[in-house]
Amino acid sequence: MRNIWTIAKREYDHYFISPIAYVVAFLILLTTGIIFAINLYSYIQYAFQSFGAAPDISPVTGSFGFLLVLSVPALTMRLLADEARMGTLELLLTAPVRDFELVAGKWLGGLLFILSILAVTLIYPILLNGIVIGNFTLLPQLVTPSIDRQLMFSSYLGVILVSASFLAIGVGFSAIFTNQIAAFFSTLSAFVFLWWLIGFPASVLQGTAAEVFRYLSMQTHFYEAFNQGRIYLTDIVYFVSLIALGLFTATTAVEIRRWS
Amino acid sequence: MIQVNGLTKDYGARRAIDNLTFDAEQGEIVGFLGPNGAGKTTTMRILTGYMPPTDGTAIVAGYDIVEESLEVRKRVGYLPETVPLYDDMTAVEYLKFMADLRKIPNSNDRAFEALEMVNLAERANSYIGNFSKGMRQRMGLAQALIHRPEVIILDEPTIGLDPAQVVEIRKVIREIGKDRTVLLSTHILTEAQQICDRVLIINKGRIVAEDTPENLQSRLAGSQRVLVRVRGESDELSVKVSKVKGVRDVEAKADGSVEFEFSAGQDVRPQVAKAVIQAGFDLLEMRPIGLSLEEIFLELTRDNAHQKKAS
Repeated sequence: MRNIWTIAKREYDHYFISPIAYVVAFLILLTTGIIFAINLYSYIQYAFQSFGAAPDISPVTGSFGFLLVLSVPALTMRLLADEARMGTLELLLTAPVRDFELVAGKWLGGLLFILSILAVTLIYPILLNGIVIGNFTLLPQLVTPSIDRQLMFSSYLGVILVSASFLAIGVGFSAIFTNQIAAFFSTLSAFVFLWWLIGFPASVLQGTAAEVFRYLSMQTHFYEAFNQGRIYLTDIVYFVSLIALGLFTATTAVEIRRWS
Repeated sequence: MIQVNGLTKDYGARRAIDNLTFDAEQGEIVGFLGPNGAGKTTTMRILTGYMPPTDGTAIVAGYDIVEESLEVRKRVGYLPETVPLYDDMTAVEYLKFMADLRKIPNSNDRAFEALEMVNLAERANSYIGNFSKGMRQRMGLAQALIHRPEVIILDEPTIGLDPAQVVEIRKVIREIGKDRTVLLSTHILTEAQQICDRVLIINKGRIVAEDTPENLQSRLAGSQRVLVRVRGESDELSVKVSKVKGVRDVEAKADGSVEFEFSAGQDVRPQVAKAVIQAGFDLLEMRPIGLSLEEIFLELTRDNAHQKKAS
């Protein structure tokens, strides 16, 4: 377990010196910032016409799915592929570290980086909610009495689960390839498939077949549950299975590398 | 400390190492000598737990390399051929990372201790990306020593170093080899002679000779080869040189050079020099040619074939 943490910490630190990570952080924060501002503006417009619900955080968290599809491949492509190319994989595979610990450490490092970006987006709910301590208003409230905290919690949990699943799949592809570009594009294809394509047959088919495709689509589990404030065990199971699948693939790929 | 028994590794249809059997004791420095592609790196990778063998067993530091790979890896220090370094880390960060992976307490002190051993303490906070090739090699060695391993496996430890650094690294290896087991690979004969207690010569995945460096040398020093260079024609010179008593295997080379051999203990060089000068040539050079590794292999494999025929 300590090995996972050692590797995760090294990976997390590495993101802060890599230009790609900054580009990813910049793009995610810029996009969510614009979406937040536009949404807030339109809510205010509606408020003057005295209809529409109170603003909440779901437009920001909702945009994360699309952003993660594009950015996670860039964050995961080098994780194991680069170690293999640089020869440092030989160092890690001859250190007293289990293959799974190596893979899980890489995944956790990526997850911590995404969580750091997510932490920055907490500024949006804080802006909406304001900061009031006793009778003293530090930041004026835009929504009274407060924003929907359960919705916020569930949306963020959803984003974290989507990120964790994407990262696990990305680590898997990075373990399979020695070439970063190959890892990038195969990861991106897998995400496009899981996020958009796999859900299409559901709208054409009917009955059980449609249900199966609906269940397989990641969007269903995110937009129709977490991002609406609903937390179901089936959705959690779906994401945990994807994480397990990704990490298992990566571990197996590392083992195969030893044997070849 | 290292007991290898019938180790075999196939890469697809190609057999990289074939039924290797050898051992190494504590306090012994064993040299693995062989040309590129002989199977040195493959053997070392198997012994360090990087890859499993196709067949055979090996016990390293008391543990089986396949069954108890993690225990072996805890006790082995390994410097791979391509030195595995992270350019974005400073020397001390890198060593601390390795120490943490090996769960060494007070990793900071141990990182500095390892840096002292390889003379890099004053560059502790420099980024590895800015290091010269020699410094990188020494960083790799520091990483292999940080956990004070019982067994140290070094793949070409002096490659790419300048002569002064080579001397320095050899000194470090001799020092650590006093109480621990060191297995190192090299394709430099003199290096094996200088640091190793015992040399294994490996070719095409098989051990072709195993002995102390002194014994190997005397086995091979049955004759010595010399090059003579003059201002003039090689062919003419070779005729003159061949006439000297005790000279064998005369071979004319380009630009006025001739190579010949004589048996050990029967030095014919003065006679050759005299003959060359008397024939009116201007003598430019006369020097012994060491047997190259390739020639040693030819010699050894020829010997083996010869012995087999005789027996």
